[in-house]
Amino acid sequence: MKAYFGRRYMLSASHRLHTDHLSAEENRRAYGKCNNPHGHGHNYVVEVLVGGPIASETGMVVDMPALDQTVRELVLDRFDHANLNLDQLFVNRVPTTENLCKAVFDLLRDRMPAGRLHAVRVEETENNFFECRDSAQ
Amino acid sequence: MVELTRRATFSASHFYWNNAWSTEQNEKVFGRCANRNGHGHNYTLEVTVAGTPDPVTGFVVDLKWLKDVMEREVVDVFDHRHLNFEVPEFAKIVPTTENIAIAAWKRLEDALAHASTARLTKVRVYETPEIFAEYRGEA
Repeated sequence: MKAYFGRRYMLSASHRLHTDHLSAEENRRAYGKCNNPHGHGHNYVVEVLVGGPIASETGMVVDMPALDQTVRELVLDRFDHANLNLDQLFVNRVPTTENLCKAVFDLLRDRMPAGRLHAVRVEETENNFFECRDSAQ
Repeated sequence: MVELTRRATFSASHFYWNNAWSTEQNEKVFGRCANRNGHGHNYTLEVTVAGTPDPVTGFVVDLKWLKDVMEREVVDVFDHRHLNFEVPEFAKIVPTTENIAIAAWKRLEDALAHASTARLTKVRVYETPEIFAEYRGEA
């Protein structure tokens, strides 16, 4: 039987929304307070949803300690208490939470067996969040 | 079509154990969850149904009715119980969050199918605020 297992992780990071493709004035208009040159930060919640058959021996979709280890290694160790703009993934890409969500999804999908990663949600604050799903599903 | 979700909470104890395995293997795979004395959680149950709002009432389902069904079929059975010993579904299968979501789905499925035009689409069970499982009726 197919079910889904979800796990929520927290990371704190700073970012500044700014693109060299726009003028200083256009950046201010597009990004508002998020364009502050000194940056600002969030406590992000990363929610990972893994889908698959329930193993009859364990009753589980996924081994949680193994999932935790993967997320720690690929996501938390990389982005927690970091400035997202300085990460190589965001050298030419604005670190919006849309792009962070996509980056986390791609990092995890590439490590997991095909089709297992169902969705990644990143909550930037309690009031806004973003979700990426496997387009093949 | 509109999806509607209702939450309820229950508190229960459980432990993870596979009788086909040795004690060592159970402890290796399930870690602290294999403590035979059990432990407990405050679970949150989320039930999602989908349907078209009724042209007269504007409801997909009557929330009070859905609340009563959830209480009768799931909460009253699971709340303040030891899942391994007191809920028949878990006499032979491990009461993981995944299996609890499936058990809740099966308990709700008939009651919702017979008395409503809305369709059960999702049952999500939070074991803690950071750990949850979801069942969508898939084989």
